Amino acid sequence: MANQEWPLWEVFIRSKQGLNHKHVGSLRASDEQMAVDNARDVYTRRSEGVSIWVVESNNVFASEPAQADSLFEPADSKAYRHPMFYDVPDGISHM
Amino acid sequence: MEKNTNLFEYVLRMGDDSLILGHRVSEWCGHGPILEEDIALTNISLDLIGQATNLLEYAGEIEGKGRDGDAIAFLRCDREYKNLLLVEQTNGDFGKTMMRQFFFDAFRRLLFERLLKSSDIQLAAIADKSLKETKYHLKHSSEWMIRLGDGTDESHSRIQDSLDSLWKYTNELFFMDEVDFSLIKEGIIPSMDGIQEEWLVYVTSILEEATLSIPTNNWKQEGGRIGKHTEHLGFILAELQYMQRAYPNMKW
Repeated sequence: MANQEWPLWEVFIRSKQGLNHKHVGSLRASDEQMAVDNARDVYTRRSEGVSIWVVESNNVFASEPAQADSLFEPADSKAYRHPMFYDVPDGISHM
Repeated sequence: MEKNTNLFEYVLRMGDDSLILGHRVSEWCGHGPILEEDIALTNISLDLIGQATNLLEYAGEIEGKGRDGDAIAFLRCDREYKNLLLVEQTNGDFGKTMMRQFFFDAFRRLLFERLLKSSDIQLAAIADKSLKETKYHLKHSSEWMIRLGDGTDESHSRIQDSLDSLWKYTNELFFMDEVDFSLIKEGIIPSMDGIQEEWLVYVTSILEEATLSIPTNNWKQEGGRIGKHTEHLGFILAELQYMQRAYPNMKW
């Protein structure tokens, strides 16, 4: 008998209304409905979420780790892209 | 007094259904076909044990003889258990476990929906809490019916075997005796008549989608509701009660 593994799915959970879905992990399931059910059982059993997204891992196209130098390092030397050179007026809180 | 005796008996029957099925499903813990399903089964088992706790605690209150839920769950003899024969049947393969669950969930959803309107406030509250869990159990077991029935040749033939072997226990879901009749009259519980029809419509629709056929042999088996069980219950109780029988009043 062929040992066929079920496809891998990436799971995203929204912890509260108004927040983003965040990646929490992955699991195996034969179809999208089973993936949602399994995600509910594996990742929300301690009230972690109010909404679930699943995406078959095959459908995720990722950046190449080998290209990390060229993709991300150039930004390191461009501190001026951060809004850190402004004087915050008095009376503005939560900055 | 008469009302209390009937209500006690009724709540005990429901509590025993949850307890015995919860125990059965817990036997899968660590043995599930895949990790995700293992957790799903354990969650379902815990939901059922939670329902059993609520129901058997309440039964103890109604009885008023100082027995708590634990005393009722762990310290009765087999003839005093009033669960359905269906729920004590062995797990078999995963498909058989799901078939048993599917029949039971479909019944429990309809029952809890109606018990929301029970004139007994405590029973209505238990139904409210349990209904949400049961709807999920039913979704889960229904999807497995379709997946296995309309799956491979092997999964189809194995789940059809489970359907054939468990079908004879489904009639007892709708068992009614004088306990039920008097509680129906008082508006505490619903009549089974409407439930049975709706159950059959739902179950048939899912099984058809799963390309499975309901057995035409209409021979039925029942007895659990009056304490007459299949040979399987004794083995369940031996495991369930061992600790309390060997070490009375043990707590951990």
